[in-house]
Amino acid sequence: MKINRLLKTIFMADFATGLIIAIKEIFKEKKTINYPFEKGKISPRFRGEHALRRYPNGEERCIACKLCEAVCPAQAITIESEIKEDGSRKTTRYDLDMLKCIYCGLCEESCPVDAIVQGPNFEFATETREELYYNKQKLLENGDKWETALASNLKADAPFK
Amino acid sequence: MLYLQNLFVEIYKIFFLLMPVLVSVALVVWLDRRVWAFVQKRKGPNVVGPFGLFQSLADALKYIFKEIIIPASANKVIFILAPVITLTLALIAWAVIPFSNEMVLANINVGILYLFAISSLGVYGIIMGGWASNSKYPFLGAIRSAAQMVSYEVSIGLIIINILLCVGSLNLTKIVLAQETVWFIFPHFPMFVIFFISSLAETNRPPFDLPEAESELVSGYQTEYSGMMYAMFWLGEYANILVLCALGSILFLGGWLSPINIFPFNLIPGVFWMIFKILTLFILFSLVKATVPRYRFDQLMKLGWKIFLPFSLIWVVFTASFLFFLDILPKAG
Repeated sequence: MKINRLLKTIFMADFATGLIIAIKEIFKEKKTINYPFEKGKISPRFRGEHALRRYPNGEERCIACKLCEAVCPAQAITIESEIKEDGSRKTTRYDLDMLKCIYCGLCEESCPVDAIVQGPNFEFATETREELYYNKQKLLENGDKWETALASNLKADAPFK
Repeated sequence: MLYLQNLFVEIYKIFFLLMPVLVSVALVVWLDRRVWAFVQKRKGPNVVGPFGLFQSLADALKYIFKEIIIPASANKVIFILAPVITLTLALIAWAVIPFSNEMVLANINVGILYLFAISSLGVYGIIMGGWASNSKYPFLGAIRSAAQMVSYEVSIGLIIINILLCVGSLNLTKIVLAQETVWFIFPHFPMFVIFFISSLAETNRPPFDLPEAESELVSGYQTEYSGMMYAMFWLGEYANILVLCALGSILFLGGWLSPINIFPFNLIPGVFWMIFKILTLFILFSLVKATVPRYRFDQLMKLGWKIFLPFSLIWVVFTASFLFFLDILPKAG
């Protein structure tokens, strides 16, 4: 046994085995992707950048129930509301501090009308902190921009809710 | 007038030696990263230029525009001199490397001694860099590096003696021509293995990259360097690796000689074979980097002094007595 070990050391058998494995690995399929050009697959439940959605007729979904504000563990959401002329309650202010947000997804879960959602976008890095204090306008813009993806994701996840 | 003309011819020759060397150093860094990535099932740099070939040039551009920071407590003159010396010594060594029968800048009779001397001087750049930084990690890295390079130079010296015994000349061109019948890798295979491992240690490559062991010494003697000075260390390191690959192919793999001296192979110019052999050795360097974990320092010293040195010494005695008793010692001169 000991002689065997000694011979293995002298003839660098372990090293040769390792080298052969390394050479084999070269020709195997690559596990990484060309990131900025192709992106990894993400689940429909992915909790990325927030968005406020609208109904197909352009009306804001949010009814200012403030459940998301109440449930938010990081207290990242600030909502102010008023009664509109048609008697509906709408937000006048919907601020979301993306720096406080912990991306837990509770706001999305608590929302009775699927207004605030977390979309598939994860590339919203900015150069200043100020740009990450999202207001209502920014969130609605996000909603308009990602509506197709958001709707299909919600639909795909609906059976499991 | 004749003197001036000769001077310009020499400068022209040097320019056309150094430019390809520097460009190939840049490409070889890309190759190294690519091989390393492939072994780890990654793609490696593949964005800048075709297949990412210009990655190193982009890196170099970045280094040029970076600020050079000189620590307040550093010895400024030596601090600046260290990378310059490293790069210069790495490039100077190329003067005697023969790429084919005629393509050699200085066909001097003590070529191998010259190469050996230059590669021994290489440790000065590292020691100076580590000492002049006046900081703990660079200093420790420099000490380790000095110890390591000195230890492995001894066994490289003995390996070279083996070859010289078989050739009877210190001239690199003659060393290559002596391998026309059989490459020295076949009779001296154990020596080739030891030479390869020693050159890994000599160039501070993994598994012997203790001087810049990033998990313990940040990056060793380079820690305080930034910008272009760091890039010079980096160029010097890779140029050194290429020099040792070239030396390996001259000593053991028959330099520019084609593997089989028959029709289709001996038409290919010698330069091609030389570059091919250097690259093959370099890819082996990269594969080793990707395969093996780092040695501990005492293991490194043990390997150098207790295993390689006695073994290559025994091999010298063996070679010498074999040549002497069979009366096939090459004639001196």
